[in-house]
Amino acid sequence: MSPRKRRQRIRVLQYGVLVAAIVAAAAIADWGQIVDVFFNVDAARQTVADGLGSALLHTVTYSLGGFVLAFIFGTILGLMRLSEVGPYRWIARAYVEFFRGLPTLIVFIALSLMPLAFPGMSIPFDPYGTVWLALGIVGAAYVAETVRAGVQAVPRGQVEAARSLGMSSAAATRKVVLPQAFRIMIPPLTNELIILVKDSSLVFAIGLALSDFELTTFGKSEANALANVTPLVVAGLAYLVITLPLSILVQRMEASTAKGR
Amino acid sequence: MTSNEQTPESSSPLVDIRNLHKSFGDNHVLRGIDFSVAPGEVVCVIGPSGSGKSTLLRCINMLEEPQVGDVVVRGEDLTDPDCDIDAARRHIGMVFQQFNLFPHQTALSNCTLAQRTVLGRPAAEATRVARMNLERVGLADKEDALPAQLSGGQQQRVAIARALSMAPLLMLFDEPTSALDPELVGEVLTVMRGLADEGMTMIVVTHEMAFAREVADRVVFMDGGVIVEEGTPAEVIGDPQEERTQEFLRRVLDPTNAGAL
Ligand SMILES: Nc1ncnc2c1ncn2[C@@H]1O[C@H](COP(=O)(O)OP(=O)(O)OP(=O)(O)O)[C@@H](O)[C@H]1O
Ligand SMILES: [Mg+2]
Repeated sequence: MSPRKRRQRIRVLQYGVLVAAIVAAAAIADWGQIVDVFFNVDAARQTVADGLGSALLHTVTYSLGGFVLAFIFGTILGLMRLSEVGPYRWIARAYVEFFRGLPTLIVFIALSLMPLAFPGMSIPFDPYGTVWLALGIVGAAYVAETVRAGVQAVPRGQVEAARSLGMSSAAATRKVVLPQAFRIMIPPLTNELIILVKDSSLVFAIGLALSDFELTTFGKSEANALANVTPLVVAGLAYLVITLPLSILVQRMEASTAKGR
Repeated sequence: MTSNEQTPESSSPLVDIRNLHKSFGDNHVLRGIDFSVAPGEVVCVIGPSGSGKSTLLRCINMLEEPQVGDVVVRGEDLTDPDCDIDAARRHIGMVFQQFNLFPHQTALSNCTLAQRTVLGRPAAEATRVARMNLERVGLADKEDALPAQLSGGQQQRVAIARALSMAPLLMLFDEPTSALDPELVGEVLTVMRGLADEGMTMIVVTHEMAFAREVADRVVFMDGGVIVEEGTPAEVIGDPQEERTQEFLRRVLDPTNAGAL
């Protein structure tokens, strides 16, 4: 058999398996029941009316705030990773390894227990402060690696050109390296933002007041109240409203830099 | 020459290098270089690949720090730990083989950035100086172009204008035409010839023997980290005394070998 014929046969087989799987699913499943539980129009209406918009807004607030902190801490840590001073490098390295290896949920729970562990202490803007801090602490570890990679992707010659013009090391970093590094970093940073949007759902573990509900906590409580999964499906779609445009944006940017090369 | 090098006469050298040694790890690249350049002099440095030409040039503005020896520019020893190297570099322009233009900035901004950040010139004056120098290199009409929109020859001329905008006393060129397509070499050499005619002090690492012969006041042949031979172009290129110089020139000037460099 020629390689070409064989490829054709394999292709036919692949489609065959797919069709068989779909037919089997259609035959076995109780579609009326599934639609009623997952895609119930009344439950969806109820979910929207009960405050889907406010939950969406909270998700955005939690994740954007976390991202701002992650960006600030992460840039500092990333520059520490590149420092000529050994201890700065080691501290930043330890931080990155520690928080990248840790489930984000643990950080959330630990922060929510802080007031218990240190009586009298409280994180400001509760619960926003707690969520922002948890997402910021974890996100910073990833942003730091992005910053480090971005700065290292700027050719050495750029710094040399800047220094040869008499610019100080700090000025060369600020005016020449970072603007280029941030341009390189925009796609990975957007990916990080997408992850933070999803991770903001972990806030369910620390217990929120009704007025602070974000998409996941809101969807869960609606689903419980209506004894139907549809609210969670609606909440899930609401996440996609945020994350899909971002990820399409990343793809566009990556395609255009690939073309620019 | 006599040993009155400390007296600030017009004949005192602009650059005076004594017993320069530079190693990268255990690779001893510069092995005792003595070299001086008078104001207004054009010196071409030639020699085989790996002989240390770039390293010597980069020691003159301390992009590489030598382990042994002095680099005295305008009477100031740049190897002195108390020397303000950023201040010294303002007077030493450098042009790189790979141009190293700032890709995120227009031709004009490339020429104003260091004027603004290093010299603290007001925007209007920096722009005026930048325009004057872009005109000097024949690119008055390209001030709004980004480096990626310019040909290699144009980029290199912007890089020259960028260095000139700091009003340097000395210009260092490290193989400024080696990365260019053959048909673009001429425009860059023309600009350099113009600079030499205006009396700029220049140290040029180059493989362009015709340029060296025509423009250089002095030619320095390096091999194995030492200066093997130096003199007028007629002496070094026209009538080399040292075996190694003869052997190098035979290879470079052999027309069947022209593409090998
Ligand atoms: N940053 C560096 N780190 C380690 N080794 C280096 C570095 N820069 C140069 N070298 C080494 O120093 C030696 C001389 O290099 P240099 O670039 O000065 O040669 P060159 O005469 O300019 O050669 P070419 O004509 O190829 O540019 C080479 O062996 C090179 O590998
Ligand atoms: Mg070189």
